Amino acid sequence: MNARDVLDLAWLIPVLPLAGAALLFCFGRRLGEPAAGWVATGALAGAFALSVACLVALVGLEGPERSHLVRGHDWIGIGGFRSGVGFLVDPLSITWALLVTGVGSLIHLYAVGYMHGDARYGRFFATFNLFAAAMLVLVLADNFLLAFVGWEGVGLCSYLLIGHWSERPRAATAGVKAFVTNRVGDAGFLVAMFLIFGALGSLDYAVMREGAAQLPAETATAVALALFLACMGKSAQILLHLWLPDAMEGPTPVSALIHAATMVTAGVYLVCRAHPFFDRHAAAGDVVALVGALTALLAGTAALVQVDVKRVLAYSTISQLGYMFLAAGVGAYAAAVFFVVVHALYKAALFLGAGTVIHATGDTQDLRLMGGLRRYLPLTAAGFVASWLALVGVPPLSGFWAKDEVLAKALFAGEPLVFGIGLAAVFTTGLYLTREALLVFFGNERFRRPAGVPAPAHDPTVSPTVDYGTPPGPPPLDGDPHEPGPVMTLPVLVLGVGAVVGGLLNLPFRRLEVLTHWLEPAFEGVEEITAPSFAAAAAVSVVSVTVAALALALAWRLYRRGLPEVSVDPLDVRLGPLGRCFGHAWYYDEAVTAFVGGPARRAAERLDRAVDAGGIDRAVGAVAAGVVRAGAAMRALQSGFLRRYALGVLAGTVALLGYAILRAGAG
Amino acid sequence: MVELVLFVLAAAVTLGGALGVIIARNPVHAALHLVAVLVAVAVFFVMQQAPLLAAVQVIVYASAVVVLFLFVIMLLGIDRRESLTEPLRHQRPLAIAVAVALTIEVAVLAGHTWTTGARTQQGTLSGGAVEVLAENVFTRYLWPFEVLAVLLVVAVVGGVTLARHSGEPAGADDLGEGRAAPEPGEVPGP
Amino acid sequence: MRVTDTWYLVVGALLFSVGAAGVLLRRNVLVILMCIELMLNAANLSFVTFARRLDDVTGQVAVFFVLVVAAAEVAVGLAIVVAIFRQRRRGATADDVSLLRG
Repeated sequence: MNARDVLDLAWLIPVLPLAGAALLFCFGRRLGEPAAGWVATGALAGAFALSVACLVALVGLEGPERSHLVRGHDWIGIGGFRSGVGFLVDPLSITWALLVTGVGSLIHLYAVGYMHGDARYGRFFATFNLFAAAMLVLVLADNFLLAFVGWEGVGLCSYLLIGHWSERPRAATAGVKAFVTNRVGDAGFLVAMFLIFGALGSLDYAVMREGAAQLPAETATAVALALFLACMGKSAQILLHLWLPDAMEGPTPVSALIHAATMVTAGVYLVCRAHPFFDRHAAAGDVVALVGALTALLAGTAALVQVDVKRVLAYSTISQLGYMFLAAGVGAYAAAVFFVVVHALYKAALFLGAGTVIHATGDTQDLRLMGGLRRYLPLTAAGFVASWLALVGVPPLSGFWAKDEVLAKALFAGEPLVFGIGLAAVFTTGLYLTREALLVFFGNERFRRPAGVPAPAHDPTVSPTVDYGTPPGPPPLDGDPHEPGPVMTLPVLVLGVGAVVGGLLNLPFRRLEVLTHWLEPAFEGVEEITAPSFAAAAAVSVVSVTVAALALALAWRLYRRGLPEVSVDPLDVRLGPLGRCFGHAWYYDEAVTAFVGGPARRAAERLDRAVDAGGIDRAVGAVAAGVVRAGAAMRALQSGFLRRYALGVLAGTVALLGYAILRAGAG
Repeated sequence: MVELVLFVLAAAVTLGGALGVIIARNPVHAALHLVAVLVAVAVFFVMQQAPLLAAVQVIVYASAVVVLFLFVIMLLGIDRRESLTEPLRHQRPLAIAVAVALTIEVAVLAGHTWTTGARTQQGTLSGGAVEVLAENVFTRYLWPFEVLAVLLVVAVVGGVTLARHSGEPAGADDLGEGRAAPEPGEVPGP
Repeated sequence: MRVTDTWYLVVGALLFSVGAAGVLLRRNVLVILMCIELMLNAANLSFVTFARRLDDVTGQVAVFFVLVVAAAEVAVGLAIVVAIFRQRRRGATADDVSLLRG
């Protein structure tokens, strides 16, 4: 079996989890627990094995040959337009496929334990598998249209999974919010496809690679910006980020899957895949980089004072995605991909660790009610701490290399503003995640309920999410928290190890930039950004590490002992009114709610009265009334009298014969 | 000359009989007028080189069918003069106008010697030889012939079923109530 | 004076029209059925006339079939009439059966 034969099997990568999903949708309930979970995990693990096989096969090919098209059936053919179901296997897509299947399998494995006892266990894993399948379709597609199918599939599954606990009103609303917000971005994707088809006459990536360079700069920029709108929705960049913090209402493995492996990185993938449009004109790239940098900073500040363990991580994800777009925007695509890979590792570990913590403390998500958990959850703590240090950027862990590379590329690409904002975001990153790690695993134990205090009643319709500004509830536990079984600790540890060593993929030294070299065929034609000297690159590293160290030191000083007073957060107190602003994420969500619920709603109502009720409804009503009147008139014809009908038949005959005679006479 | 006389006589009987059918107030008289028409048409058939059809016409129509009519009239006991009032508005003048128009049109069409389509070439009349007709019916038109046989059987079975199972004269009338004679408790029409 | 095909056709036309007028004018269902027989005969007459004019036996075959169909139609029609009269002794004209009115 040679390399191409193996690559021809790439279509199985998305089909395996898809088949798993189909199986579980039909028989998930009958398979029950834990068989349904194992089926789903097995399906995705199989896809992972196939992805590895494809990777090996690709490595066996010469550099420029590393692109293989698996042709499928024609799907749509209208006139000159053809679009098929085909899969493109190249370094970029297979990197993502490995990420989705690898990290995804670990999260599936974790969920087998985490979802224990859930009433909709089978359906959960069916949707989980479908989620992964949709993401794989998105990354492996060989044209924009098929990618859009995956794109929408991801959106649908996110809706289903975020709202998995649909008995909680907050979860149901969050699912709708994610879906609707994504829809705004999807409009951008559609517009981009219209523009691409109008300019190139095809939606195939192959055509795009050839044709994008010849496009006028304005067209390319328009396509790029429309695509970026889509990415902003899917990857939660500022303006369209507001669904992601709410997405925490879903089960924790869902958060992990959304944030680490699937969904949010789709936007980065799309920018990388469609890079010819972004390369064409600097303006589009600048927009991407600036939005990314601002996202990194603003989301970082919003994460500073959150009290919900998952919400900190949610804003952290938004912030980290900002870095990825920052890198893609300045043209450092390989750096963006590198960042995606390492982020997937440590963010998955953080989320799964957080899930374990939530589990162990009896469904508590309040940071203020944790503390000192490292003594009870040593394995989870190890994975979490490794990921924390990696994310913060402690050398030589993976996050250091990735972040350093992004910042260096931004500076050397001649974007000092973006670099500056990114550097500021490094500070917030160091602060918020250290705060979380210290509050959860170190300091004083705040989860013990004093004797005599009754356990709070458990209400399945109330979401455990804790909003900023709410006072802490009673401590949740009267005993010790316990480490869960290996099904849940193993993924955290594996991902934690990945977070530590992930940097080896792309060390910034000539021969060790494995990932960059590997991705070169996918990004041919992109100018490489090189540091003017080794000293300059080292200086950037020193600066960023110093900033991160400062943040770490500050957080250590503030939270070393945990929270002596449960309801007093030292950082929040020190920030004062700014802290409230951060805690409410700059009041953006509130502003949108006020606008949509206020002026926008009134305008819509006015439009509804004027156009809908006054125009369309009246026109429709008039047509209906006309039909009724005509029917009433015609009703007289249906007299039921046989002889009347016969008269009609004969009159018709007479008319037809008369017509024939007239025709004959004329001819 | 013989043909002309024959034609005029047959035509007079045909049209007179036809008018008699629609004018006679007693159904029995109408049926007898119908016999006259059918026989006169049979005469036309003979004149037009269709002796077999003329025979069938007399046997099937003039005897069997008309006897059936008369039998039903007697069975139901409606051999009395019926009222000739017209309950439907404008039905009578409209019907006459349509009939006149139809006559004129068909007559005009008959005056022309135009026919459409090609001849079927299934065989000449050969002076009205029965063999030709028989050969056609039992070769080329065998399939329609068999279908007709089935149709006849179905019609017979259907007729028997309809006449036997039409039920007792119940209070509820499932055949609908005419507007000409409304009954109390009538369900208003949609 | 020779008798031409046209004459037969005109007689057929008149016969047909009289039959049609009868269907429209008479209220007795039995008479309406008889009038339909008149119309069928008018059609048969035309068929036979054309068969002779074109010297083609197919016209006569058609008449043969029409006769059979007419017989079947009378059988079923009369059965329906019997059924109607069984149900309603009082009035059983074509106008009394009007369930299908709109």
